[in-house]
Amino acid sequence: MDLLRFAAVGSVDDGKSTLIGRLLFDTRQLFDDQIEAVAAASERRGVGEVDLAFVTDGLRAEREQGITIDVAYRYAATPRRKFIIADCPGHVQYTRNMATGASTADLALVVVDATAGLREQTRRHSCIAALLGVDQFIVCANKMDLVGWDRGAYDKVSEEIDVLARRLGVASTTVIPTSALHGDYLVESSEAASWYRGPTVLEALESAPAGRWAAVHGSHQGTAARLPVQWVLRHPGGGRSYAGMVNGGPLRRGDRVVVLPEGRASTVSTIETFDGQLEEAPVGLSVSVHLADDLDVSRGDLIASADDPPDVSTRFEATVCWFGERSLHGGDRLQIKHTTRVTPVRVDDVHARLDVNELHLVPVEELRDNDIGTVTLSTATPLATDPYRRDRITGSFVLVEETTHATVAAGMVGRPELTDVEDPPAG
Amino acid sequence: MTSAMETVGGETADMTTGRGRQSTSVDHLDLLESHAVFIMREVAAESERPVLLFSGGKDSAVLLHLAAKAFRPGGFPFPVMHIDTGHNFDEVLEYRDRRVAELGERLIVARVQDSIDQGRIPDPGPNASRNRLQTATLLDAISAHSFDACIGGARRDEDKARAKERVLSFRNAFGQWDPKRQRPELWQLYQGKVQSGEHLRAFPLSDWTELDIWQYVHREGIELPSIYFAHRRKVVERDGMLLAVSEWVEPGPGETAVEETVRYRTVGDATCTGAVRSEAVTVAQVIAEVAASRISERGATRADDRFSETAMEDRKREGYF
Repeated sequence: MDLLRFAAVGSVDDGKSTLIGRLLFDTRQLFDDQIEAVAAASERRGVGEVDLAFVTDGLRAEREQGITIDVAYRYAATPRRKFIIADCPGHVQYTRNMATGASTADLALVVVDATAGLREQTRRHSCIAALLGVDQFIVCANKMDLVGWDRGAYDKVSEEIDVLARRLGVASTTVIPTSALHGDYLVESSEAASWYRGPTVLEALESAPAGRWAAVHGSHQGTAARLPVQWVLRHPGGGRSYAGMVNGGPLRRGDRVVVLPEGRASTVSTIETFDGQLEEAPVGLSVSVHLADDLDVSRGDLIASADDPPDVSTRFEATVCWFGERSLHGGDRLQIKHTTRVTPVRVDDVHARLDVNELHLVPVEELRDNDIGTVTLSTATPLATDPYRRDRITGSFVLVEETTHATVAAGMVGRPELTDVEDPPAG
Repeated sequence: MTSAMETVGGETADMTTGRGRQSTSVDHLDLLESHAVFIMREVAAESERPVLLFSGGKDSAVLLHLAAKAFRPGGFPFPVMHIDTGHNFDEVLEYRDRRVAELGERLIVARVQDSIDQGRIPDPGPNASRNRLQTATLLDAISAHSFDACIGGARRDEDKARAKERVLSFRNAFGQWDPKRQRPELWQLYQGKVQSGEHLRAFPLSDWTELDIWQYVHREGIELPSIYFAHRRKVVERDGMLLAVSEWVEPGPGETAVEETVRYRTVGDATCTGAVRSEAVTVAQVIAEVAASRISERGATRADDRFSETAMEDRKREGYF
């Protein structure tokens, strides 16, 4: 059975947690004692009927305030497939947690309050998900019961999403009218929107392509094999093998490889796991490899196919989501963690900020908390990188404060690709 | 180098007869295994003094198995530590000692009783649950050994607070988890740097469900303590749970001890871990039972989660596993 990882994103109070709770309830994923606990908590807090948002809003502070603070991960299975669900917080203050949830998703379930249309935070989340390489959106035009299932409200959401998706390169969008509160079009179809002929949310989730994150990092061109070295295994009687997880493309015995950043060449002589040897290691598998030549290879090095190696450089342009409480400026010094290598990094320049409403880059001198922007970075040791669009592993990094060790930015190698979009057709 | 991965501590890793997957496809359990191995290697590489927490339960049994997958033919780059409440099932202690000896790894046992004897924590009386008291013993052991990373077998499907926790979960100098200030954790970039006195909890099984654990136990042939399978046991029904009659649990007024066919879904402090009625004697039968269950694992078996709406969150804020 295959596995779809999806993240529920969108603005605060648009109904994400209620929708996920309802989806889990209607597909019978909740245990009896969990349902009882949610009912008891709803009664205790005087929120009337069973508040299904409490299925994922499990923290005391979340239930007090009726908001989601951090991502809740839930696991579900239908006869068609398994799901890992990341219910992300909508509040702007917790954008870093939304990015955490979306970074490993195959698909974004974007929940929009149809009575209000796309809010700034919906746009921010959509931008972040798209930049993270999530290229399938299922959009719930939610709270349709509050506008009497008016088709105009649904069409407005569809048009706004369409512009955003085309501009950010989201390949597939499905817009579904829903009422999370009453369950219309989540698992069961409904008579409520007589004009709607499309799938329910569950049908859309069950038929979306799965495993994009796990199988082909970055659904675009893809790269040849890469193996960031995590750990050197020393074998009794001498010899070393280099342990790590394969990404980019399958690694085969006999492959010509280069060890980066130094660039020495060798050949993969064996690939093994605890369970035995392999002729070929698929993407996503943790393995260890022996090389034919006795090279100095250590943690942080990257073993890459000699046919299509990544760029090696100490200076590159990147797109960052900044989560620091202070602003990011040119000249700032931080640490960067890229694959298994950690090294000092300097911000040479802050170039621009992405305006999430207008969807274009605005020149700026600094990035503030929760801004998305472009920068040029210089690193103390060379890094072997691919553009994020080609490889989610060798194209991604985090920035870390030197003194507190706080993670303050998520970064992607390269600039955002914004497609020119003409005005949407009227009506 | 093929002869190098020899029989390690009783586990046959023979290169010719091993599972030796040649398939180019990766299934759900392969991905979970691979990811867990990746996490363990990251934690071992990035922390100065890691430790693997082992209770003898099924999740930590899987954790030990995965540690062998991550680090053989070498030894584990960390010791194995059991926080012993003193309220144990004999079968579990026997299993713990035998497994660690088979693997040839180092076992540290930190005892709640020692914390009580040293006056570090008040004595709750011989029969009271020591589940919550483990936190003090755990934090003392972390500080005594200067551990900066504890690898544990917690899963996100166990509880609504655990559902919120990062794979690498940061603890301050008091051992506390602050759910409002978790570090962003993107892609597979596990960033585990801490300052002196702080530490990490690392959960390689975060994305595994109870069913995944059992399916993996089945596929890998992992041995578990016998109490996970149906057996006859004298129990007393208390607060809707079946507690084993032992030196710490005696029938109270109005309660009677009866012999039932039961098994355990979780293993913890014997005074607060309940058994479930079951006829499942094989792993396959347990898998069928788990797949059909309408009650969650902890809901069925853990009295410690019933104190309040946010019992797990409250314990984690204090430094619990």
